[in-house]
This record gives sequence, C-alpha cells and structure tokens, in this order.
Amino acid sequence: MNGQTVESSDTHYRLQLKGITKQYPGCLANDKVNLEITPGEIHALLGENGAGKSTLMKMIYGVTKPDGGEIYWEGEQVTIKDPSSARHMGIGMVFQHFSLFETLTVTENIALALGDDAGDLEELTKRIVEVSKKYGMELHPDRHIHSLSVGERQRVEIVRCLVQDIKLLILDEPTSVLTPQEVETLFVTLRQLAADGCSILFISHKLNEVRDLCHSATILRGGKVTGDCIPAEAGATKMAQLMVGDDTPISTDYAKSAGGEVFLSVKDLSMLSDDPFGATLKRINFEVKQGEILGIAGVAGNGQEELLAALSGEHILDKAETVNFADTAVGLLDPRKRRELGLGFVPEERLGRGAVPEMSLKDNTLLTGFLQGLVSFGLINQAKTEQFADKIIADYKVKTPNRNAAAQSLSGGNLQKFIIGREILQNPKLLVAAHPTWGVDIGAATAIHKALIELRDQGAAILVISEDIDELFLISDRLCAICDGELSPSKATTETSIEEVGRWMTGVFDSPQDAA
Amino acid sequence: MDIDLITNVFYAMVRTGTPLLIVALGELVCEKSGVLNLGQEGMMLMGAVIGFIVTLTTGSLALGFIMSIVAGIVMSMMFAGIALGLNANQVATGLALTIFGTGLSAFIGAAYVGVPITGLEPINIPVLSEIPIIGKMLFGQDLIVYLSFVLFGLVYWFFKSSRLGLVVKAVGENPHAANVIGLPVMRTRYLAVAFGGAMAGLAGGYLSLAYTPLWAENMSAGRGWIALALVVFATWRAERVILGAYLFGLASILNLVAQGLGYPVSPNLLAMMPYAATVLVLVMISSNVMKSKMYTPMWLGKPFHPHS
Amino acid sequence: MFLKLQPRGEASKRMSYLSPLLAGILTLVTGGIFFIFLGHDPFHALGVFLISPVSDLYGFAELCVKAAPIMLCAVGLALAFKAQVWNIGAEGQLLMGGLLASAVALQLIEAEGFWVLPVVLLSGALGGALWGLLAAWLRNRFNANEILTTIMFNYIALYLLLYFVHGALKDPDGYGFPESAVFSDSATLPILLEDTRLHIGILFAMFAVVASWVFISRSFVGFQIQVLGLDSNAAKLSGFKHKRLVLLVMLISGALAGIAGAGEVTGPIGQLIPSISPGYGYAAIIVAFLGRLHPVGIFFASLLMALIYMGGELAQIELNMPLAVTSLFQGMLLFYLLACDVLINFKIKLNKSQVAGAEQNTVGNA
Repeated sequence: MNGQTVESSDTHYRLQLKGITKQYPGCLANDKVNLEITPGEIHALLGENGAGKSTLMKMIYGVTKPDGGEIYWEGEQVTIKDPSSARHMGIGMVFQHFSLFETLTVTENIALALGDDAGDLEELTKRIVEVSKKYGMELHPDRHIHSLSVGERQRVEIVRCLVQDIKLLILDEPTSVLTPQEVETLFVTLRQLAADGCSILFISHKLNEVRDLCHSATILRGGKVTGDCIPAEAGATKMAQLMVGDDTPISTDYAKSAGGEVFLSVKDLSMLSDDPFGATLKRINFEVKQGEILGIAGVAGNGQEELLAALSGEHILDKAETVNFADTAVGLLDPRKRRELGLGFVPEERLGRGAVPEMSLKDNTLLTGFLQGLVSFGLINQAKTEQFADKIIADYKVKTPNRNAAAQSLSGGNLQKFIIGREILQNPKLLVAAHPTWGVDIGAATAIHKALIELRDQGAAILVISEDIDELFLISDRLCAICDGELSPSKATTETSIEEVGRWMTGVFDSPQDAA
Repeated sequence: MDIDLITNVFYAMVRTGTPLLIVALGELVCEKSGVLNLGQEGMMLMGAVIGFIVTLTTGSLALGFIMSIVAGIVMSMMFAGIALGLNANQVATGLALTIFGTGLSAFIGAAYVGVPITGLEPINIPVLSEIPIIGKMLFGQDLIVYLSFVLFGLVYWFFKSSRLGLVVKAVGENPHAANVIGLPVMRTRYLAVAFGGAMAGLAGGYLSLAYTPLWAENMSAGRGWIALALVVFATWRAERVILGAYLFGLASILNLVAQGLGYPVSPNLLAMMPYAATVLVLVMISSNVMKSKMYTPMWLGKPFHPHS
Repeated sequence: MFLKLQPRGEASKRMSYLSPLLAGILTLVTGGIFFIFLGHDPFHALGVFLISPVSDLYGFAELCVKAAPIMLCAVGLALAFKAQVWNIGAEGQLLMGGLLASAVALQLIEAEGFWVLPVVLLSGALGGALWGLLAAWLRNRFNANEILTTIMFNYIALYLLLYFVHGALKDPDGYGFPESAVFSDSATLPILLEDTRLHIGILFAMFAVVASWVFISRSFVGFQIQVLGLDSNAAKLSGFKHKRLVLLVMLISGALAGIAGAGEVTGPIGQLIPSISPGYGYAAIIVAFLGRLHPVGIFFASLLMALIYMGGELAQIELNMPLAVTSLFQGMLLFYLLACDVLINFKIKLNKSQVAGAEQNTVGNA
C-alpha cells in the first residue's frame, strides 16, 4: 500500500521531501523542492499566488505525481500513488476549494473519503461527534453540506481527516475563507493537534498568521525554495522579501478620501437567489459617493454573488428605485443599459464571465467595450477595436504576445490587469469590482490597487467586494461587511479596526443599520 | 368501458412501458455519474438487431437477450472511449452513436427484415394473474417485464442505500472533488456508461424478441429519446422513472383504447401522441427552473480530465 | 492506459483543420476493411462508392442537387450550435417547410406568374422557421431542453406530413396513392443545366454560405452569438439578450431548413410524397461538425456528404449492399472526427516515459 521501501533517511523526520520537481505545460511548478517536518511541528509553506505551493501539497497527498525527486515518510522512501494510500499512511488534507459534495450529508461526505474504512455509518456518526467535540469544532452529522456556512464546511474537511489516525495534516490557505474570530478558533485546534504529536503543514501567503502559529517555515517563489526560517525570529520584511523577491515593493499606503456626491444608492434591497443553494438578501441599504472606495468584507456565500448580480443587472429587480445611479433609478434596467449610464464591472470569475477564455484579447475588448464606438450599423469596426485593445495592453502593461492571444493563455494577474484596464478605459462613473486580486501575484495586485485609487481620484465611485480583509483596509475609504444576506453599518476605514469588521463578518452589528 | 378492456389496457401499458423503463433506468445511472449519453437510440437498435439475429440463428432466446446486452455494452464503450477517454463533447458523441447505431443496425439487419420468429411468451403466475384489472398487468407478463421490476428495485436501492450509489452521485456532482479525495472518477463513469449500454441493449432486445418479435429498420422509433426525456421528467429519481415509463406506455397505446371504444382517429395522429406527450411533460417539469437545477447532477455533460 | 493526454494549454488551430482530413482518411481505411470483410475488392468498392457517382456531368449535377438541402440545413445548424443551441430538428423543420410549401403550391396550382415560386418558397421558410421557433420558445419560456424537443418535433413533423399526404393534400385523381398532385410549372424551381435535375436551389445554398460567413464574422450580433455559445455568463454580464439570440438562431436555422424542404418538393420531387428527405436534416448535423461550424468548411463537407448519399445508392445497385451503408459511413465519419478532435486541445503522449520539455507558448500560472 505504501509503495516500495528502497533506502532509509533521517528517521526523526515525519516527512522529508528531496528535490521534488513537477512540470506543467508552459510552467515549471516545482523545481527541486526540499522540505522537512518533525512530529508535532507546525510548519508553514509560505509563498505568493502561483509559487507552486498547492502543486507541492497535491503531490504529498497523491493527487498528482512528481516528475522527479524523492519522498521519505518516517524515514522510508515511498511512492504515494493516490489519495487513499496517503490516507492510509496517516496524511490528511484540507483543500482550499473544499472537496465536499453539496447534496450529501456530513456523514456521507466523510464516509466517501474514508472508503472501505468508513465501516458502519452509525458508528462513524458517533466518531464524528466525538472528534468534533474533542477539538471544539461542533458539527451536525446529518446536515447537508449546502446548508452549512463556509466555516462549517471547513470543519467538515478537518474532522474528515481527524476521524482516522492522523500523523500529518495539510491545510491549504485555510484562513482565506474565515472571519478573524474563526481564524483564532482554528489556531487553537491546530495547536492542540500539534501538542498531541500531529505534524501540521500550513500553507499561506499571510505573514502575520504564519508568525502567530508556525514553528518553522519554508518559503517558495516561482516553484523554488528561496529560504527556511523560524517565523518568530525572522523579521516580516525578510520573509516578505524571500516571498516576492527584492525588486517588488512590499507595502504601500494610499491616502484616504472622503468622497463627494452620492452616485450609487441601494435602498431596501431584498431578493431571493437565482441559485437554489444561494443566500437571500435582506433589506440592504448603502451608498457609494463619487471619489470614494467602499469596501464590503465578508466570507464567501453570504450574499455577495446575489448583491453583485443585483448591481450588474444580471438579476433584474422588482422595483426600479431599489438601485439608483445618481438620480436615475436602474433596478429594472438590463446590464447594457446600466453600462450606458456609467457602470463598469469586474466580476470574480476572470475566465468565464470577465473574459471569454477561448476568444482573443481583441474580441474580449469588444465584449464590454462595444459602447465605445466599436460597432457601427451593426457591423464591428475592426480597426477601432484593435486600437482599443492595444491601448489597454499598453496602458496596463498586460504581458501578452499580442492582442490576438486567447484570454486563457494569460496568467491570472495579467488577465485581471486587462479586464480592469478594459473597464477603467471606458471611464466608468461607478466601478464594481469583486475580489479584484484573488489569485494574482503581488506585482499585479499592486498595479490593480493603484489603478483603482487613480480612478477614485478622478472622481469615480468604486465598490470593492472582497474576502481579503487586509486588501480592504489598504484601499477602501469606508468599510462594511456582509453576513447571511445582511449588511453591517459602515465606518470610515480610519475609524474602525480588523476586530470590529471581523465581528460584522460574523453578523454581530453593534449599532442598528443606518443608511451610510 | 368494460372490465376486460381496462385489464388489457393496463397490461399493455406496462408491457409498452417496459422498454422505456429499462432504458431510462440505465440512463439514470449514467447521468447520475455526470455523463450524458444521447446514444440510447443507437444502442437500443443494435441490441434489437443483434438479439434478433442471434435468436434466429441459434434458436435460443436467452442467448439472444444476452447478446443484446453485450451489443449495448460494446456500443456504450465506443461512446465512453471517445467522450470520456478522449474528452470529446458528450452531446456530439452521443448523437454520433445514435447515427452510427441506426446505420449499422439497418445495414446488418437488412437481410432479416420481416423474418418471423417465436418471441418471448408471457408467464401467467397462477391465481395472482386472475385478479381483475391489475392481475394481468403485474402477474401475466413475460420474464423481461418481471426482470424490469427487479431492475427497478435494484436501482432504487442502489441510490437509496448503497455505498457505490453514493460514489456515483459524488462523481456526478463534483468530479474534481471526487478525484482529490481518491474516488475512482473515470472507472465509475465507465461502469455507469456500460450499465446504461447494457440496459439499452436489453431494451432493444425486448423490442425485437418479445414486444414485436421481428426486426424492422429503426424499430425503436424514438424510444431512446423518450427515455432521455423520462429521466428529466423523473428529476433523476428512480421511483418517478417507473411512473413516467408507464404513463408513456399508456400514451403509446391510445390507439388500442380508441379502437376498443370505437373512435375512428387517424393512425398518423395517434402515432404522434407519445412524442407530443414527451414535449408536454418536458415543458411542465422544466418550467420550475429552481427545482430542475436542484435535482440535475451538477456536472452532467461537462467533460472532466484528471491532470496526470 | 498506454496513451496519455496532455493538455496543450491553448487550442491548436492547425489541428482543428487537420482533424476532419484525418477523420476522412480513417473512415476510408475502415470502409475499405469493411468492404474486404464483405468480400469486395476494397479499391473497386470505394471507387464505386466515391468516384463513380461523379464521373460525369450528370453525376456532378446530382451531387449539387443533393448537396443543396444539406448545405442549407447545415449552415443554419452551425449558427445554432455556435450559440450552444442544440437544434437537432433540422429534419423536422425541413419536413414542415416542405409540407407548408406544398400546401401553398397546391392552392396556387392554377396560378401563373413569377410571384408564385417566391411565395411557395417563402411559405416553406415560414414553415421551417415556425417549427424552429416553437422549440426556441419552449426553451426560453419553459426551460425545456431543445435537444429533446427538437427530436420530438422531428417525429411529430413526419406524422403530420403523413397525415396530410394521406388526407387533405392527397391527389384526388391519384388512384388513392399517398401523393399530392404534381405542382404547376410556376411553382417548380428552374433548372440550371439542361438534361439534369440541377436546379437553382444550389444557388440559394451558396448564398446562405456567404451570407452566414459575413454575419458571423463581421456583425455584432454574430459576435454576440459566439459569446453566448462560448461563455453564457459573459454574455449575460455584458447585457446580450440571451433569449432573443436563441430565437434568432432558431428562426434562421429553421427558415433555412424550411427552404431546403421547399426546394425538395418544388425541385427534384415536384410534388408532396411521404418521404421527401432521406435524413438530410440529420446528415446536416454531421456536416456542421465536419465543417468546423464554419461556412466554408460546411460548403465542402456538404459536397462530401452528398457524395456519400450517391455512393450509397450506387453501392446498392452495383454491389448489392443495403442502402444503410450511407448512414453507416456518416456515423463512422462523425465518430472519427470527434475522436480526432482530441488533438485540438491535447497532445497524445506515450505514458510517462519522458518528462516533457519546457514549452514556450504559454505564460502560465501554476
């Protein structure tokens, strides 16, 4: 089951990787990576998006296989041929995009992953309750996954690993979907696990978390290990530089702005989701002024998608006055008419909404830019479209061979720069951006932040919805949070704190909601 | 209406609904695993022609049915090889299977058109088959009809309480998640497609060996397509598949009813009934968008390719 | 698994053109083996099948006669498929076009004048368009799957046609045969080439090819149709009218199939009979895929498909084969095409023997 034993290595390591290499078409995801973990150690794997962290984890868990290098498990060289062999060795993994099945119950989900080891379902249910109590992660085994919050889903993933004998728990960016309070609870659980002798591999790109939690860290950049350190001792600057390289600026501060006239106002917005498993919006009120950025924090699945659909016009509302652009009621208008009134929109899904994956950048320019005189008498003006595409590519430094490259051939960061550029160059009066920098590298993220601030300074109203609370504090002038379809009151960024926004994210709104 | 007519209508309803039930159960399992195989019609026709030729040449009905099933499986593996193995568009591949199966069955069956054989005879279960109205319907049928009852029970139990059923559902809902937790996505899908093929082959065999014991070009007459609609109608639940299959059985024998009651309706208009009923049912069941989203296997028809 | 699929990262243009050729070759080879199996000389048999039909001018004219309806249907289908509207109902739309055109032609059987033919053809277009729009409306309004509804409409159209040809449209002087009266000259398509059946339908088809090419590649509506098919979320976010586009493509493809049907009854057949199409509407599905949903590709694929029809007929006469050999070849061709299409998005590698060398074409992100 555990593959063949060939030679021995240092036995005091629980896991040791030597020279692991993985090649994907067009990119070397891991280049001779070395890594060691001892029993009871919480080890961080630090690196920015695209550094190759997830690829490395998938190889440890047997989801993909390395092209080169050796893996030692408790001193013996092993080949991990699939996730079930990894599981039998005592390796558990909590995925960033949960591997759960919405229409099945908690017990069924756990039984599926355990395979033949699941045994009798009633026994398993008891064990689930037992384990979840022991580690302070309450769960109802009979509930369906679609009825659980993101935090609860993560608990299912963790409990799934803990119901069997576990020696190494891998968590891939576990905190990105949690509220600050939930993060604290998670850390308590992880420390308790480590104290029981379980090794933990904690993947993250957030330095402060790593410093709070981890005993040691390996830092990855562009698929290569750039250093190992003790997070508590190494300075944040040093770790950051190992992560992003010397030439990337690490932190910037942007001046805050008070804004001018109200441009977007949402009044008493209540709606049911188009998705059977979606959230219901409950009497949402807010405003965004010209020349300000309003940030909405929140854990995914709390109504963000529904709110975005209501703003973009993908979901037409019952009453026109629910959403207004300046003095125009737009609740009944379709996305095109809202664009004509000055809406720019950056959706969460870059490929498959923001851009058509198979189409060229030129065609993707036309996708939302058609109102900029690119169409005359129903025919496409090829020359003007090409010009506009070239301008986006040049102004926003999109790395691409040319405008005829397919959108799907660009990296996440480059494509996002293209999409943001396409929207901004249409001079929107209101820009709505959903998770504008998820999954992009720091260089692109900084460029995108700067572009948003510039647009704000030109007087546009900007709404940013994001799960990344640090990002929101960095660029927003005013902040609020969404939880279970309800919106918290808003406060100027300078007058609130991560703790307060964190409370809002869990639905604890200190003061009654007032139209901000 | 006299009681004999009602008894016979019920009997014919189940008999006519049986091939639909069998194909639809197969397609249900297939679609639950996330694979949409539009080739039912082609697989049925191949099952029908192969079963017929085998029975005609060997004289064995049992061997005929077995070879029908084998033919269905072989056809379904052609689909699986291209749609799953080579990651092709499932809609197009299913259509190709239907076009190919229609052509191939007509080609190899050309010499056998109109040749008579002795088909499968009904087995009357003593006493029970004498019960008025439902006796003949439930206990006066042939072996394959009884088998279809068993198959229905099996499929129902499979999704209700078996672990493998859980795996099939998981693979159809989210193959990526299934892959990372170590479920055999591809193997499950191949097996589900093969089961669908076996069922379509059996249903085809039923047509040419029991229902109308002879071979005619295109004799399945759209039943494979109706079965696909049935699965939608049943919102992917076995207990509704059986209901739907018999309802369609009823729609198909309206001419019998009309004749029995002495109404002269054009046979061409009556022949339209099952197809019109299918459209009607699709319209009724699909109009609740929310509900159909909820029950449709989430990954249905989308390709999946595990990296590595 | 001995073979391993490796994603290319970006679709290969070259392979998307080579794949139909490769599929054609594979079909030929398989066909040859098949003929050997049946005891024929494969080269002779393939010659009968693919070369003899077009060895003279008459044969060539017949090729165009058969290609015209296929081309008309396929151009429309390609448009629908581009929008991811799976119209499998060209056959039914063709039949309804033929039926309505016949009904009008029979009403106008005494009439004379240049206007008769256009009226007849337009009613054919109308018949097909309405039949297509019905499916589009059911999809838009009730969310009914158009694959299944259009298939059902094929069967319903066939029985409707049979109903009328056995009833209201039957020739009263036809000794009870299920056939209509022969249409007047005014309602018959003019012949292009003397002593052949080549009628002006082929010109309609070629016009449709050119017009759809311009429409899809140059017009903004054509662009919207492509976006809808590739990425319906993007289309929605950009405010493209999903339902209107679905109606439009079904209207066009239905109308084109309807014209094809009208062209059959007013052209080579000259009256309404129970079987006005040997499955042209289904063959057009294969043609649309084989032609890469591109008008020029469809032009050539239609000629090939017409050739397979003629080859089947000739093989029946000369080699004593069932006529079904035509649909056998059609099915085989589509199968091979879909299999070869894997090369567009994947490279085939022998399993695991070597680590792939770095590629330069993508700016990747792990």
